[in-house]
Amino acid sequence: MHAPLAWFQFALYAAALVLITKPLGLFLEQVLDRDGKTWLDRIVKPFEQLTYRVCGIDPTKEQGWIGYTFALLTFSTVGLLFTYFILRFQDHLPLNPQGLPGLSPHLAFNTAVSFATNTNWQSYGGESTMSYFSQMVGLTIHNFTSAAAGIAIAAALVRGIARPAASTIGNVWTDLVRVTYYLLLPVSLVFALVLVSQGMIQNFQPSIVAKTMQSYTIPVAKTDAAGHPELSADGKSPVLVDRTVTTQTLAQGPMASQVAIKMLGTNGGGFFNANASHPYENPTPLSNFLQMLSIFAIPSALTYWMGRKVKNQRHGWAVWSAMAVLFVAGLLVIWWAEAAGNPIHQGLGVAATDGNLEGKETRFGIFNSALFATITTAASCGAVNAMHDSFTPLGGLALLFNMQTGEVIFGGVGAGLYGMLTFVVLAVFIAGLMVGRTPEYLGKKIHAYDVKLVMLILVALSATLLGGTAWASVSPWGQAGLNNAGPHGFSEMLYAYSSAVGNNGSAFAGLTANPADGDPHWNLTLGLAMLIGRLLAIVPILALAGSFAGKKVLPASAGTFKVEGVTFTVLLIGTIVLVGALTFLPALAMGPVVEHFLMNSGTLF
Amino acid sequence: MKALLSDIKTSLLLTAVFAVVLCGMYPLVVWAGGQAFFAEKANGSLVVDADGTVRGSALLAQSFTSPRTFHPRPSAAGTGYDASASSGSNLGPTSRNLADSIRERVKAYRLLHGLAADAPVPADAVTASGSGLDPHISVANAHLQMVRVARARALPVDQVRELVERHTDGRGWRVFGEPGVNVLLLNRALDALPSHEGQRAMHPR
Repeated sequence: MHAPLAWFQFALYAAALVLITKPLGLFLEQVLDRDGKTWLDRIVKPFEQLTYRVCGIDPTKEQGWIGYTFALLTFSTVGLLFTYFILRFQDHLPLNPQGLPGLSPHLAFNTAVSFATNTNWQSYGGESTMSYFSQMVGLTIHNFTSAAAGIAIAAALVRGIARPAASTIGNVWTDLVRVTYYLLLPVSLVFALVLVSQGMIQNFQPSIVAKTMQSYTIPVAKTDAAGHPELSADGKSPVLVDRTVTTQTLAQGPMASQVAIKMLGTNGGGFFNANASHPYENPTPLSNFLQMLSIFAIPSALTYWMGRKVKNQRHGWAVWSAMAVLFVAGLLVIWWAEAAGNPIHQGLGVAATDGNLEGKETRFGIFNSALFATITTAASCGAVNAMHDSFTPLGGLALLFNMQTGEVIFGGVGAGLYGMLTFVVLAVFIAGLMVGRTPEYLGKKIHAYDVKLVMLILVALSATLLGGTAWASVSPWGQAGLNNAGPHGFSEMLYAYSSAVGNNGSAFAGLTANPADGDPHWNLTLGLAMLIGRLLAIVPILALAGSFAGKKVLPASAGTFKVEGVTFTVLLIGTIVLVGALTFLPALAMGPVVEHFLMNSGTLF
Repeated sequence: MKALLSDIKTSLLLTAVFAVVLCGMYPLVVWAGGQAFFAEKANGSLVVDADGTVRGSALLAQSFTSPRTFHPRPSAAGTGYDASASSGSNLGPTSRNLADSIRERVKAYRLLHGLAADAPVPADAVTASGSGLDPHISVANAHLQMVRVARARALPVDQVRELVERHTDGRGWRVFGEPGVNVLLLNRALDALPSHEGQRAMHPR
């Protein structure tokens, strides 16, 4: 690894992110205003108006928070069922050249929930499970709509905060349509073609069977006439025979169109099992850089847009700074830990200067794997370009903490901002308690009801995360899914529920949720955790939006707590870290922390 | 109730419209653009013989075990290098399975390349990649293998070194990522060299 070059790459990434934040934020202002003007109007406006007409949408009618919430939940439910049935019956649908069977009910449930909630946890295997139709229609529709829904909710919350004594927070239908048509679709279109230029596939061919350059033999289980594996004399291990391999089957499909929105919409569900580490799904370091930038682009721009809407641009940047500080802190831990590598493997003869390369790709190396992993866990994206399960214990710990802080370090599109704003309300509340004044946020008084809503989110999500992990770790079905023993096995379970509740979607992927005996516990509990993680965030947040909207704006006075500048940023970071640490340190101590010390003492499991 | 029915109706219609635009038109436009401008890449960057036989993809690793070839990184995809079942090992830092595999691979690597019993081995040579299909090996790994390949093929080391350099993908825009040597393309270039007898005649020693 070349350290100065790595720092230079980081500087380029940070500079690119800062540079796109303002212009994209200004563009968002036009998109999220239903009368906004964009340079795309000439092309897109007719489609927008046609959509309103076909669907019977009155774009001039705004909704209160209850109407907004119900409409959004209805839309998500319809989409969830749509995908569930496509996955169940993909064998009867077109574009299935590999003849893949329909998914089991619990896997279809898990996957449909996973995509509808913008989690995109991959319980499925991509190329080995999903037909092109399922990917292109059943999954891609959620890549767009769940992202648009996240941005819509954030927009509703910010409108609630910004509007003086209002009864409505926007029109959910125009928000969904405009975000999709003016932002997500055009950017994805260009981005997808750029990705193809780097080597990403976009075709409808069945898998290609190549004649390998060299034939070789692999040991496989010997089967009897009925196809059952033959067992050795002691009846335990299967009899192995050599099989000569002369072909390689290259999975294909319409990938680029799905991957572009998978990154831009912070979805993260891979077209292939290995996600963005697969050379087709992330062919070059340049495609890798663009994918990383596209994950943070909208979450970062939303903070600028927020600052503009509440007429306090410095507040927007203060929130952005809190996100950036937490992001850099996580990156430094992960980068350092992965570059330091694994002393056990180094003792076996692995070059110490190379770092921990298990599960990482050569073209990305240590730094770009660490950077991608930080971004994807911070932003609730969940795409991976390296296998997190094989990260060092402290690298894994930082990944876990990124998710457990509630996915607010830039966070998912929209979800990051509305999650962060709940922490802002909490921080302002704490500051108010400290100085003994009724807390005020941007001229609006925060009452017990608002703080209760915030606490409901924090408690419900933490309880689901820790409760799910606890249940799995004492249950046979939980332990049956593990790929690793010892504390790392516990980390696999903790990671699964952290990812599900945080709607992240990345995994310590050794964990299998689809055991051979068909036990549905993992798929069902993780599916429920994803639903709770989404619903118990967005319903209280839209209620908060309604509550804020109805409040009068008080003029600023000498005693008003300032929500800009360093003091506020430090307070916000402190609130996030403290809540996260108090809630999750015990669990982290049992997993990655203890594993770190065991690794350094050379203990194996 | 009326509001709910109206929401359901709008949701169904909007889902249908979105399905047509986002799941029909959008992927087809990307497909058409990809096929028009980057057809070779959109169709998998295939490596094809003169007679049309597909031999693999320039982007996907294949198994090579002969001493006359460069060897790719270990693979955990399916039973190894399975391009229809991409996967990493997902073994953690304190996994005994992983440590055992690495011990075996280090031993085999040192033996094959005549390295000292305590010589450090490039990490990429003994660890599985994330996808199991990593087409590259590190430059350090390639340089160690280069000597063995040259000897097995009775070629001058410099000639093999030149081929290694030609098949090294540098950093993106000289900045991004890490350089790597494309194993499949390199081995193909080696096989394409004139026969050994001809080589010896051209490079008398």
